[in-house]
Amino acid sequence: MQLTINGESRTVSDAGTVEQLLLTLNLDPRTVVVELNREIIRRPAIATTAVADGDVVEIVHFVGGG
Amino acid sequence: MLEIGGRTFKSRLLVGTGKYRSNAEMLDAITASGAEVVTVAVRRVNLDRSDEGGILHHLGADRYFLLANTAGCYSADEAIRYARLGREAGFNDFVKLEVIGDKETLLPDVAGLLEATKVLAAEGFKVLAYTNDDLITALRLEEAGAVAVMPLASPIGSGLGLLNPYFIRTIKARLSVPVIVDAGVGSASDACLVMEQGVDGILMNTALAEAKDPVLMATAMRLGVEAGRASYRAGRMPRREVAIPSSPVTGMLD
Repeated sequence: MQLTINGESRTVSDAGTVEQLLLTLNLDPRTVVVELNREIIRRPAIATTAVADGDVVEIVHFVGGG
Repeated sequence: MLEIGGRTFKSRLLVGTGKYRSNAEMLDAITASGAEVVTVAVRRVNLDRSDEGGILHHLGADRYFLLANTAGCYSADEAIRYARLGREAGFNDFVKLEVIGDKETLLPDVAGLLEATKVLAAEGFKVLAYTNDDLITALRLEEAGAVAVMPLASPIGSGLGLLNPYFIRTIKARLSVPVIVDAGVGSASDACLVMEQGVDGILMNTALAEAKDPVLMATAMRLGVEAGRASYRAGRMPRREVAIPSSPVTGMLD
């Protein structure tokens, strides 16, 4: 399926859930926050929220800042 | 003790984590500063370098009180979005709210700042609002529910020091919530002078990160903040336009 992840178009083979998508991207679900179509996915829902073709995904984390 | 939004901290110095030459230097500088509150920014994960664990990989989240900022946001809506993402990271509901109005000076958009403060406070956020040194804005932010107001000493990253001691003093005198001067401090004497205005604390980043020796500067800043606080509490002597001798004027030889 086709997703927009952090502003870039990406083809992902059947991501299933947000959690599965993160693992596919080699990301630890505990260290990132995910926005799916502008809605924040709360931690407990990561494993159960499905990702669909055309979804817009933002994956963020904390970086150095003032 | 510094109390913000129901949390107490021993150190009145809060520090940022941006722009350091290395993570090791950053950690040593934060340790030397004695800061308990450290700010972090919310940004996209770099998907092509996913071995990077973000800053939490280096900064023990249990060792410091993490204060997420909304740096780089130019509207209330954008800042609110970043604040919510920061809270979802799961450490606390404090946010250092920035709504920037101008790329040249990074001065705050006061209308957007007030709007975002109201929305976030209603959602239960503990808002620490980065603002300019305007008393009326500071009062409005307090009314809007900010748990701390953070007027600038001078523009972000400028290192120009305290440009308007009178306004900072006035804001401190009129507000009930803590006043933490954020941005513009360049050296330990700046930090000392800021604290001598009676404010509750200082937040700084560039002054440490861009010092030739960040660790030594962090020590200097810790001492500067302590000295300024003690000097404020001690109460300075009056300024006089005349000299008054310190030694006895009697008992002089003929």
